[in-house]
Amino acid sequence: MSTLTEAPPPLAPEAPEPKPPKRRGRWTPYWLLLPGILWLLVFFALPMIYQASTSVQTGSLEEGYKVTWHFATYWDALSAYWPQFVRSVLYAGTATILCLLLGYPLAYLIAFRAGRWRNLIMILVIAPFFTSFLIRTLAWKTILADGGPLVGALDTLHVLDVTNWLGWTAGDRVLATPLAVVCGLTYNFLPFMILPLYTSLERIDGRLHEAAGDLYARPWTTFRKVTFPLSMPGVVSGTLLTFIPATGDYVNADLLGSTDTRMVGNVIQTQFLRVLDYPTAAALSFILMAAILLMVTLYIRRSGTEDLV
Amino acid sequence: MTNQTDPTGDVRLTGISKTYGAFTAVHPLDLTVPQGSFFALLGASGCGKTTTLRMIAGLEEPSAGTVSLGGQDVTALPPYKRPVNTVFQSYALFPHLDIFENVAFGLRRRGLKSVKKQVGEMLDLVQLGEQARKKPHQLSGGQQQRVAVARALINHPKVLLLDEPLGALDLKLRRQMQLELKRIQTEVGITFIHVTHDQEEAMTMADTVAVMNAGRVEQLGSPADLYENPRTTFVANFLGTSNFIEAEVDSRSGEEIVLKAGGGKLVLPEARCSAPAATGGKVLVGVRPEKISLTHADDAGEIPDGRNRITGRIADSSFIGVSTQYVVDSPVCPDFEVYAQNIDRDPRLVPGAEVVLHWNPAHTFGLDAAQDADAGVEEAA
Repeated sequence: MSTLTEAPPPLAPEAPEPKPPKRRGRWTPYWLLLPGILWLLVFFALPMIYQASTSVQTGSLEEGYKVTWHFATYWDALSAYWPQFVRSVLYAGTATILCLLLGYPLAYLIAFRAGRWRNLIMILVIAPFFTSFLIRTLAWKTILADGGPLVGALDTLHVLDVTNWLGWTAGDRVLATPLAVVCGLTYNFLPFMILPLYTSLERIDGRLHEAAGDLYARPWTTFRKVTFPLSMPGVVSGTLLTFIPATGDYVNADLLGSTDTRMVGNVIQTQFLRVLDYPTAAALSFILMAAILLMVTLYIRRSGTEDLV
Repeated sequence: MTNQTDPTGDVRLTGISKTYGAFTAVHPLDLTVPQGSFFALLGASGCGKTTTLRMIAGLEEPSAGTVSLGGQDVTALPPYKRPVNTVFQSYALFPHLDIFENVAFGLRRRGLKSVKKQVGEMLDLVQLGEQARKKPHQLSGGQQQRVAVARALINHPKVLLLDEPLGALDLKLRRQMQLELKRIQTEVGITFIHVTHDQEEAMTMADTVAVMNAGRVEQLGSPADLYENPRTTFVANFLGTSNFIEAEVDSRSGEEIVLKAGGGKLVLPEARCSAPAATGGKVLVGVRPEKISLTHADDAGEIPDGRNRITGRIADSSFIGVSTQYVVDSPVCPDFEVYAQNIDRDPRLVPGAEVVLHWNPAHTFGLDAAQDADAGVEEAA
């Protein structure tokens, strides 16, 4: 227990009988927890309970909704919208892998090779946050616009033929295709991959690289056997910080996609705000949450990061 | 020279140097470390000893000169192609691998499949057989240090480089590990090149010590030779403690040089004078504190003839158990240090007492008076 501060005042008036000497500051940790607990209670636990009760209600907007413990809503929602679920996981997974492939070399560069450019590159990584998420996503609309220079170049280089064949694009356009949504997701969540990767790479003692080289490991082997395993905490937290929000994202699919690229976030948004079918929307939210929780648990178990120092 | 086939496994540095911009870390250096020897590079921090070691390991590229191992020029080879292994200052054990895998790392990189027997034997050599499945952070400093040694030695390198390997250990453990390393070296017979700033460590462990100062080797020799016959004041002060008297050469008689200092005369064997001692020239006369006897001025008559003697007054004395250390204020030298064994303690030898300091002339050494008598004093502290 901490003894940093004075003992707090007793919670209730106590009888003035002789007591054993009180351990000073034994309540301090709880006082420090209080604001956070209150915040979570009001803005997380209560809405969750409210949403949980909404998801088992039946009724209509005109007559009002009542709790009828109608769990079938879950099954109905899942059977109606499972393609969007699958699509969400697929898009978010692809974007996460792309973020890792793009972010790892950059984080490596910043951590080990950037020298005096380190701070500048870090600022450049964070700089997009100074502009709104929406504006940046809208900018991608211009970048990927039909007949724009980028799409034209991809067409000339026959990249579009390949992506068409893979089903990522359709015809001579990129906008309103899965590729556009995945590009948007990748772009928007890239910093969330780079920052944890950088943090864990930067903590690696440079002498370990020297030691590996001294023990006959070529540079690539050193990376495989020493650097990458030691950066696993960054890889895990980076992929989680990218994958979890990307799965629930609807802005990228909304602005860069079409009706064929709707993700589960779009469905929830529509159900809540347009169709006003609150029970289905709430049930979808819970299914998404449970699915993510399950996947993340399995992932953390498998990557075994708790072993790493 | 360097491309010649050398049947032995000598490490040969030829004109090797390292500069960083305008700063010269290592001045052009020639050094040969014979195979199977325990060689120490001794010096204060920043003297270039670690840079020299890293150039041998291939972790630092020399600005000029060549490194050859057993006749093979390895200057252009990257570290992973050199038959050399290093024990790093902070051990640099791989934190994500257990002790077994740390030790097996080098063998696996060379494509060996069955490493179990070798790793087991090596762990037994460093007495860590029980700890094989622990992670480095679960071991104590001394155990980690032994893992680092085992991880390097298992590859049977031509040369084992040790970069201040005992720096992070406490005094008692350091003593123990010094003996341990010496035992291992004798057992495996591999050339050890050991970098240290601890003169006692260098002297206990090494066969040959090179004392480095400001990017140059000041003197090279066996520990006893360096201690008894230092050629510069830096070496004299860095290895142990020395007292210096500035004296004038009076005459030479046979193999002895007679010097004038203050009012008295001192005798110095010619063989132990590294300076050109022309008559009338100046020489720095040195003598180690433990060679000196201290006699109260009242008993001066009992001192045998033929000993060098100077007079003074005890300024300070401190009792440190096995000996008593005196600081004597003498007209020829302000802070003369004397270490006297605590055998027969004369109760009159207290601060303020007038004393005569005397020693066997054979224990005197002479140095060039043109250098700073205090060089290397600070660093050795």
